[in-house]
Amino acid sequence: MTILTNARIIDPEARTETLGAVHVKDGRIIQILTNEIKSFPAGKVIDCDGKYLAPGIIDIGVKIGEPGERHKESFRTAGLAAAAGGVTTMVTRPDTTPAIDTPEILDFFRRRAADATPVNVLPMAALTKGRNGTEMAEIGFLQDAGAVAFTDADRPVENAKILQRILTYASATDALVIAHVQEPALSKGATVTSGPFASKQGLPAVSPMAERIQLERDMALVEMTGARYHADQITSAIALPVLERAKAMGLKVTAGVSIHHLTLNEFDVEDYRTFFKVKPPLRSEDDRMAVVQAVADGLIDVISSMHTPQDEESKRLPYEEAASGAVGLQTMLPALMQLVHDGHMDLPMLFRAISLNPAKLLGLDAGRMAVGAPADLILFDADAPFVMDRFKLLSKSKNTPFDGRRMQGKVLKTFVAGKQVF
Amino acid sequence: MFTQRHLLGIESLSPQDITEILDLAERYAQHNLKQNKHLDVLAGLTQINMFFENSTRTQSSFEIAGKRLGADVMNMSMQASSIKKGETLIDTALTLNAMHPDLLVVRHPHSGAVKLLAEKVNCAVLNAGDGRHEHPTQALLDALTIRRSKGRLHRLTIAICGDIAHSRVARSNIFLLGKMENRLRLIGPKTLMPSGIDKLGVEVTDNMYEGLKDVDVVMMLRLQKERMDGGFIPSEREYYHRWGLEPAKLANAKPDAIVMHPGPMNRGVEIDGTLADDINRSVIQEQVEMGVAVRMAVMELLARNLRNSKAEGAT
Repeated sequence: MTILTNARIIDPEARTETLGAVHVKDGRIIQILTNEIKSFPAGKVIDCDGKYLAPGIIDIGVKIGEPGERHKESFRTAGLAAAAGGVTTMVTRPDTTPAIDTPEILDFFRRRAADATPVNVLPMAALTKGRNGTEMAEIGFLQDAGAVAFTDADRPVENAKILQRILTYASATDALVIAHVQEPALSKGATVTSGPFASKQGLPAVSPMAERIQLERDMALVEMTGARYHADQITSAIALPVLERAKAMGLKVTAGVSIHHLTLNEFDVEDYRTFFKVKPPLRSEDDRMAVVQAVADGLIDVISSMHTPQDEESKRLPYEEAASGAVGLQTMLPALMQLVHDGHMDLPMLFRAISLNPAKLLGLDAGRMAVGAPADLILFDADAPFVMDRFKLLSKSKNTPFDGRRMQGKVLKTFVAGKQVF
Repeated sequence: MFTQRHLLGIESLSPQDITEILDLAERYAQHNLKQNKHLDVLAGLTQINMFFENSTRTQSSFEIAGKRLGADVMNMSMQASSIKKGETLIDTALTLNAMHPDLLVVRHPHSGAVKLLAEKVNCAVLNAGDGRHEHPTQALLDALTIRRSKGRLHRLTIAICGDIAHSRVARSNIFLLGKMENRLRLIGPKTLMPSGIDKLGVEVTDNMYEGLKDVDVVMMLRLQKERMDGGFIPSEREYYHRWGLEPAKLANAKPDAIVMHPGPMNRGVEIDGTLADDINRSVIQEQVEMGVAVRMAVMELLARNLRNSKAEGAT
């Protein structure tokens, strides 16, 4: 039995911040008290010193290097980074080597995860065999084996007929399909967003229109099939009306965005800095502001770190040859605190996007500050300033674009099912 | 004064830097007419030409420039060697570093690759073309050629025509001629025009007749063979009809307008063969001549900066 007292409690459901205490027993929240109550039930008392206590982050789209790329990230290192970053549930990507596309591989993955990570791991499975976009994976078996969603990660299913059948099949088992919404022919080989910056740097570029085209196509297929669909990253202003229309029509559609597209823009690439190479490429400042607003308005439902570990060798290359992606488990909270400090959204709204909404999307009872919810909690200082040093990150790979950046917001303690893991 | 350690692009140069380089190059242009062309400006220094992309013209120009200044010049054809064995660019750089070169001339098919290499070596690096990004010595030799013909390098109207999108020559020229306060017009099919380029202070048109109106200089660009077969333009003959430079289109330019081309030319595709050979209009041969002079000037200045930085390091 643990009591966290003197905490500034964030309730994303009620959209409130209140001073009080949270009472945890057997891994669950059993009581939430206001500070006026002077006598606490017996148990271990943790004084939160007026700092923020919130539901832990549920991060959809975490890449772990197992199986296949353990030199970039292992379950152990990802788990340490997650705990230190306040991520209590990692929803993992199937773009491993081999891809997680059979119940057997999924089973191996889950056992490794349980052995090596202190936080919850919920695996996603591949939508198509080998993520090659041609044959659907065993969606039913994989659901039974514990897959919480289906995605081919950064590969869109190119053939509309195939995706239509998959969505139809998935709708029957209420499986959640997560898609990368970048039209593949337009995006092929592109490393930055088209415009004056790309033209000046002479880099192959893609228009954000590629995002809208793919989203329009997918929305039409969702309308045909009635499937549950989540767009992994909406990053441009031009795609937002499509999302808005789909939601207004009552389609079962949600959307996410990465921390990088909310806090960085295309100019950050500067002179070919490969740590800023992500998929889709960083957008214009106008696009960034539009998606920040869309999160604040609730149009974009979920924020992910899109944690993608890459070793030094895959980044120390000419920009076009370098690998895409950035680590994010540990940088997520301080990066997002920038949006709160800049006044774009309040903390309860932020935690809707990083805890409550991902939980709802996956049908979890976590992500809430409520009696009966799992005691997956984080205690953090919203203001503590620091300079990001990438070599202090616990991930095996250190590829963060925030290296050297002045940031605010530090995770002080992380609890998973009431147990302190950081 | 030009104090940079490397020459990676035009974008970071000031108008004063450009003028300093061109003034020195002008002296070398005179010098190169002498029978005895040998100098000892770079005596004792080692110059390595590393071309990750095929080039005969640029590589020989750099080789002649280095040899005339007395450097020990070595050519490494990188296509044939280590990258085929899987060595990364950084490893190649470290290997080279151990050989203690003083000047490294690099061409690479990817934008930004020469800068990446420059960060890892101890010598001066000269960009001989990186991807679609920059080709600074080409822009400098073009500028010198224009200055010699027109007597100035400012307040001219200059058209750059053809495949702008894939051209590093175009980008370096846009930077250089813009810095020197000229009026620039980019002419070409929209499929070969980079997006948002109009925001870099240039005029953009796809009409060759309108675009060439009253210009002082016409710079043609090479159209790569692989872009001619329906991907970017319908055919070679339609391209020539609409954007190939021939007397009828050139008639719209000023009567004394000069015609330039960075080479190698596709006669009958982007330029009429007779026009290219017209000594009254074409300065294409002079461009090649100025190329050697400009490269000598840049190498002398980089060697000077290298000595200065070493002298500072010693004290």
